[in-house]
Amino acid sequence: MANFSWRKAALVAAVVPMMALSACSSTGGKPVEGGGAAGGGQVATTDRMKVALITHAAAGDTFWDIVRKGAEEASAKDNVELLYTSDPEAGRQAQLVQQAIDQKVDGIAVTLATPEALKDVLKKATDAGIPVVSLNAGESVSAQLGAFTHFGSNEQLAGQAVGTKLAEQGFKHPVCVIQQQGHVGLEARCAGVKAKVPGAEILYVDGKDMTGVQSTATAKLQAAKDADVIIGLGAPITLTLLKSVADAGSSAKVASFDLNAELAQKIVDGDVIFTVDQQPWAQGYMSVDSLWQAKRGGFKLGGGQPVLTGPTIVDQSNASDVLKFAQQGVR
Amino acid sequence: MAKTATLPPAPASAAGPRGDERIGRRNPLQTLLGRPEVGALVGAVVLFVFFALVSPTFTQPNALATILYGSSTIGIMAVGVSLLMIGGEFDLSTGVAVISSALTASMFSWYFSTNIWVGVLLALVVSVGIGYINGWILMKTKLPSFIVTLATFLMLTGLNLGLTRLIGGSVSSPSISSMDGFASARAVFASSVSIGGIDVKITVFIWIALVAVATWVLMRTRVGNWIFAVGGDENAARAVGVPVKATKIGLFMGVGFCGWILGMHNLFAFDTVQSGEGVGNEFLYIIAAVIGGCLLTGGYGSAVGGAIGAFIFGMANKGIVYAQWNPDWFKFFLGLMLLLATIINLIVKRRAELK
Repeated sequence: MANFSWRKAALVAAVVPMMALSACSSTGGKPVEGGGAAGGGQVATTDRMKVALITHAAAGDTFWDIVRKGAEEASAKDNVELLYTSDPEAGRQAQLVQQAIDQKVDGIAVTLATPEALKDVLKKATDAGIPVVSLNAGESVSAQLGAFTHFGSNEQLAGQAVGTKLAEQGFKHPVCVIQQQGHVGLEARCAGVKAKVPGAEILYVDGKDMTGVQSTATAKLQAAKDADVIIGLGAPITLTLLKSVADAGSSAKVASFDLNAELAQKIVDGDVIFTVDQQPWAQGYMSVDSLWQAKRGGFKLGGGQPVLTGPTIVDQSNASDVLKFAQQGVR
Repeated sequence: MAKTATLPPAPASAAGPRGDERIGRRNPLQTLLGRPEVGALVGAVVLFVFFALVSPTFTQPNALATILYGSSTIGIMAVGVSLLMIGGEFDLSTGVAVISSALTASMFSWYFSTNIWVGVLLALVVSVGIGYINGWILMKTKLPSFIVTLATFLMLTGLNLGLTRLIGGSVSSPSISSMDGFASARAVFASSVSIGGIDVKITVFIWIALVAVATWVLMRTRVGNWIFAVGGDENAARAVGVPVKATKIGLFMGVGFCGWILGMHNLFAFDTVQSGEGVGNEFLYIIAAVIGGCLLTGGYGSAVGGAIGAFIFGMANKGIVYAQWNPDWFKFFLGLMLLLATIINLIVKRRAELK
């Protein structure tokens, strides 16, 4: 049996490249590179410095990819060597901070999703004279833990911004879809929505399994017939929810948090009513750049207060402008 | 019901007082109760009745279509995994292998701007190839499948992330919805069929077809006998001339094939694939097979059992949503449902074996 299948597999392996030569797609696919790529801007003439960006990102999450791209662009301009690491598990994220200290970096940018776990190691960093900024999560504890500034969007405020907009448009029964049970930031978003629209309900799904997200959300919409809007807390989740709404034959509208190019397109097309963007690219860019600025001129942005990167609402009125940047992986 | 020579212990314990029980006709009810999936079947019925009582939505045709869809995405993989477990091995790399397959098809077609079907066929080669490599290493090294497939799981997780970023510059695959062949591939892997006004996902039919084929292979072919034999006692099987190596490698390749189908469904249902997905899903497939009566030690089980296991999981998962229970308790209820279903499964099986 194995011999037979193996021979067949070998045959397919031989045939596929031949087909590849003759079966080119006329649309889509990798864009052909145009000549004369952007001719690289000026790089700062200050001494090369080393900055560690340490996040709690799970591997393979598009949101963090955008944060990282922002940080990379700032590093390229500021003559910074960027060390990017991440681990969703609190203890291991603390170890990554320790490793950055061991490598004698000139600055640390860190997400404070689990402040307790990072408290001690961040004290070591500041004791060693390494400047620290925080980003994305942990705005309320940032200063306490020794960061001189924080770049992020307040999740509760973002949730309330969505809730306010939904209330204005007359929605009464939103379903707020949380893709990771127990995630403080995501819970805060839905709590913010509920604060403005008391009829809001929460649905938990498993963000690692898109078919599961789709069928569970379909089930919810079939059961909760009075649901008039369903909210995804991440762009890939929201795109999946669109399919659930169609499957369930529901009349519910779709709203979202965060952004990517496909979602921006859906807003342009009118399939998604709006999203609230915390501008992750700016979080990555600003945290690296502020460390450079602190070194360059002793600047402390924010004056001890967090610098908010959001929430900004992207709806049909401004989506086409945003789309262009989203396609470049900036928004 | 065809009896395979190696189907263990139920027939022996069903010995009647007169004559040789091996050639005597058995009571059809006893034959049914001796089947590995019967406990799961009872569990499924109990769960179905329970949710039908607590939730008015649960039994509506639309809702059943959704439950079947949720079950099918686990069930398709559970077919391959059940057979593999009957053959005495299991595979931890299945969750991410599904995503590897989807990424292969998507990234290859996108990067070389080919017709999407080229990528789909390449993904088939890669998926079945991963199964072959798993099986080959296992047979070559004699290491436990836990270690071998754990290593594959880790390597695939890394490859999914690393290659996707290297090729596409992002951690999710680019959208391929505008490429040639997308519409036809979507029709094959991710369309719906309308039955009396109810849209049923095509994965449900693929799932049923796979279960039918797997059952036929297990019950009616020589290969089926080999699978039971290598799972029951590998050395004894080898001694009577069963091609142990080929059978086991073939089983891993079968799992790879199921992973390819599900991977293609993921890709064409959602256009893009995030490279970090799939981790943890391997346990769902194993859970489905175990609830369905496949023993973790091999040599016993059925494809239908794995399907019923997937259906139980799908019902519990979606039923909690239909019942509109407080979502804080979601995971707890899910665990409780699974535990109860498995216990009912056990009780029924023991009862059946005592008779």
